[in-house]
Amino acid sequence: MAKLWQVAKLIRSKNAGPFELTFDIIFKDRATYEKARDAKIINALWFAKIYRLSPEKVMVIEYDAASAIKVTIPRPVISGDVDDTDVFGGQQYGPLVDLEVPEG
Amino acid sequence: MPAAQVRSMVTGRHAMANEIKILSATGVLGSGFREETLQRAMALGPAFIGADSGSTDPGPYYLGSGDNLFSDSACKRDLRLMLLAGRAAKIPVIVGSACTGGADAQLERLADIAREIAREEKLSFKLATIASEQDKGYLKKKLREGKITPLANAPVFDEAVIDRSAHIVGMCGIEPYVEALQNGAEVILAGRSSDTSIFAALPVMQGFNPATVWHMAKILECGAACVVLRKYPDCMFATVTNDHFIVEPPNPEYRCDPVSVASHNLYENSTPYELVEPSGVLNTVNARYEAVSDRAVRVSGSTFKPASRYTIKLEGVELAGYQSIIIGAVRDPIILRQLEPWLDGLVKASKDRIRAVFGADVESQYRLDVRVFGKNAAMGPLEPETGIGHEVGLLFQMTAPSQALATSLMKSVGHMAVHYPVPEWSGLITSIAFPYSPPEIARGPSYRFNVNHVVAPASPLEMFRIGYEKV
Repeated sequence: MAKLWQVAKLIRSKNAGPFELTFDIIFKDRATYEKARDAKIINALWFAKIYRLSPEKVMVIEYDAASAIKVTIPRPVISGDVDDTDVFGGQQYGPLVDLEVPEG
Repeated sequence: MPAAQVRSMVTGRHAMANEIKILSATGVLGSGFREETLQRAMALGPAFIGADSGSTDPGPYYLGSGDNLFSDSACKRDLRLMLLAGRAAKIPVIVGSACTGGADAQLERLADIAREIAREEKLSFKLATIASEQDKGYLKKKLREGKITPLANAPVFDEAVIDRSAHIVGMCGIEPYVEALQNGAEVILAGRSSDTSIFAALPVMQGFNPATVWHMAKILECGAACVVLRKYPDCMFATVTNDHFIVEPPNPEYRCDPVSVASHNLYENSTPYELVEPSGVLNTVNARYEAVSDRAVRVSGSTFKPASRYTIKLEGVELAGYQSIIIGAVRDPIILRQLEPWLDGLVKASKDRIRAVFGADVESQYRLDVRVFGKNAAMGPLEPETGIGHEVGLLFQMTAPSQALATSLMKSVGHMAVHYPVPEWSGLITSIAFPYSPPEIARGPSYRFNVNHVVAPASPLEMFRIGYEKV
């Protein structure tokens, strides 16, 4: 098994507007992407557990054109509000980096 | 196609050409681009130069305060080069979402910068300004008529929210730009605008396939963001025909490949397959991305479905309060071993002291928060890791209805915090390292986004005011 960071060329999080948070995992090669995609290692249930929300609020999108998996969730706190910790939403992907994935 | 022929398309005097070339100066005005890249792109004969100047990304402060993410000097530098190039080639220059928030005062600020450049460079042009700020009475009327509807994860939006808002702007589509272009505008500065409309207006006006145009606009609106490795902000260039567009960076150090261009649809977007615009939805499910060289990509196959109901997205902010903050560090292992109870005790003692000084009435007026760097400052309650290292950073944050009150309250916290004891040590301790004197820093007003809704206007132009002047 490899870690997600070893098979991805980019793992990032970012606002999709002030009310949604989106995660992009862009894989280094097509074969690894297809394995990860077909194994459903990034799925709504798992993601909901990590980010503590209900699975039906997690949208997982497979994007073959860029060998990428995208996940969009409601922002836990509106961007820049008094409770917000991350205005750009750019540092919310930490828990994904060391996820174990099947190798390509 | 020769540049002269392309330019003639802008004036609409000739029959529609079979291609149009588009130059995006940079991803956001003020972030910069290389002058030599702009020159190289101008030699390719673009029909206009576009750039976005705003975003909600840096948070609610900019729309709330009217301040700009970049300095006026940085915006002026970029706009000067764009205006000089645009006027020399006699092609329009189009900038949307003025000075980050796109409110009326921010549009005026950008227009002032343009006028100043014109004076300094002896340029003359017909300027159109598109004002996007929304009248509160108009929005209340639309709300009562049921013409305002929520988008994903939207907060409650009612008349009280409208009254509390510092500014509410509407994100314009291509129609106000088209109106201005048809009226002969040579430079268009807009308040809040959809990023893509800046780049889609002229090609759609000339009759190019909206699906091809909107997809191109999505790729170009971030400047050089769609290259394989963006080392610094720069220009981007596209050639659009009816059934495809080719994107190729004008900077020879950069290259695009099919994955870098396809990947850009992911950026800041909840889905890479849909882009919702006022007049319809771009769908990229069947888009094809093909290399035409080692640095240019051909994109085709997207579709555009016109909306059954034309809608304008609203963005608004209200004041959340004024803040005072204190930054400090804790290094003592004895304190770190009991960090949470120690902080709880410290916060309670601070609140007790505030009550003693300011009376019980002050309690409902403020909130005191502590962020712990080195523990969960980035993710807050979502942080799955529980350990801490050999030191932590503390950020005390006071939020109150006025700056004077926030600062006064924070002075009580600062003194309580810096000497708050632990049972292991006897005598007076100094438990936090403050890097600054005074420790408390006035952070000014803090704003909150309070709208995520769309309005159905009677017409695409109803919510926007277009002004013309000879500069």
